[in-house]
Amino acid sequence: MSAPASSKPILTSRASDRVFIAGLALIGALYLFLILAMLAADASFTTPWRIWEALGSPEIRYSIKLSLISCCVTSLLSIWFAVPIGYVMSRFDFPGKTVIDAILDIPIVLPPLVVGLSLLILFQTSVGRWIEEIIPITYAIPSVILAQFSVACAFSVRTMRGTFEQISPRGEHVAMTLGCSCAKAFWLVALPEARRGMLTAATLAWARSLGEFGPILVFSGATRFKTEVLPTTVFLELSVGRLESAVAVSLLMVIAAAVVLMVVRIFGAPKSF
Amino acid sequence: MISIENLSVRAGMFRLDGIGFEIPTGKHGVLMGKTGSGKTTILEAICGLREPVVGRIMMMGRDVTELPPALRGIGYVPQDRALFNTMTVAENAGFALGLRGWSQPDIDARVAELAGWLDIATLLQRSPRDLSGGEAQRVAIARALAARPDVLVFDEPLSALDEDMRGEMCELLARVRSHSNATILHVTHSKTEAARLADVVFVLKDGIVSRETSTTK
Repeated sequence: MSAPASSKPILTSRASDRVFIAGLALIGALYLFLILAMLAADASFTTPWRIWEALGSPEIRYSIKLSLISCCVTSLLSIWFAVPIGYVMSRFDFPGKTVIDAILDIPIVLPPLVVGLSLLILFQTSVGRWIEEIIPITYAIPSVILAQFSVACAFSVRTMRGTFEQISPRGEHVAMTLGCSCAKAFWLVALPEARRGMLTAATLAWARSLGEFGPILVFSGATRFKTEVLPTTVFLELSVGRLESAVAVSLLMVIAAAVVLMVVRIFGAPKSF
Repeated sequence: MISIENLSVRAGMFRLDGIGFEIPTGKHGVLMGKTGSGKTTILEAICGLREPVVGRIMMMGRDVTELPPALRGIGYVPQDRALFNTMTVAENAGFALGLRGWSQPDIDARVAELAGWLDIATLLQRSPRDLSGGEAQRVAIARALAARPDVLVFDEPLSALDEDMRGEMCELLARVRSHSNATILHVTHSKTEAARLADVVFVLKDGIVSRETSTTK
């Protein structure tokens, strides 16, 4: 059968393909350049000696210590919550699942200051005040961890849900026919399969906590030798005009973030999101 | 014996009603049907992985309808084998025995016995990720057989294998039956498999299971 008279010839060439790919590469390169230019600007603003000098300051050493401890605690807490929530969301269907799914994403989309303000108000309620009587939280170290956890856990939940969705439930089904309860199948089959995802979730929670500032500023304050973490240090150093110290601390955070990203890329689960 | 009586089972919007069939003790029953006809849904209900709406599932004279999968005494080989990738082949094969509190020497002896006649002895320390389709199938069968279940359930066991391997695997399934004395439910859409292996054939069509007499041995 001959082609209809209205049929158009196909117009394509190797050259048009190259133009398309070059266009994609150019857009990508522009964004990469912006990221690298920011890092290069930071690096050129200071010297290793000044970073070392900044590390010698007792305030900054305290904030590094608090940052490391609070990020590790937050990371562990996030995994503790994210694994069961991610498993339930990936394996079971139940009424209201869509609503719960949306609620779990709220900390990700909420402005950081609003998270801090919401936490502050929560601990002004009667239940919050009752908790404060037992453990002082607001403007104390636990508030730093809680502020970090509120946001970081949402990222861990997303990661763990993605991880379990990539693991076929068939393995757990087989384990159950072989003699496992639901819990044992989870413990012996699903959890070991999810270990790379758990590492990714924990690392992302750690990195996210390290950079958390807005909720901590509102909920924990910015008191030196008390609730000062690295982003708070950058803010405080900037506010008193010590730009070089602020940049030195920023570079420390950049190095920590780079290490974390490398860990995720090397050991992390593919397609976590 | 596997006896399904007036079973109704639901999977999302899909529903099967009034399903009934019986496979006598020690026989190889094949349930045939087109893709999407609900074969796997019935199989999952038999394994206890899907709760029936109504109906009764009897195995070796026991009503297992309300029992959890762990207490049904089933060896299940799913279509995708679902081997445990974080364990070695030997750990996969001995998994059910560990759950039953067997000592490690007893587990090792049983795994070695199974590995001998399923021809997987050289694979025992390998990861399931490194196995070919046929090897993975043998390991999945070993894992299902280890605790000597009364009932074996195969879901499309040959569908992921090439033509040469299918013939070999058919022979293996026939040997499994004679070796284990278990009652077998084998789900497939292949008439060749049914003709080669089945003592009794059931066809699931338009939500109704009927016994086919012409192809039974």
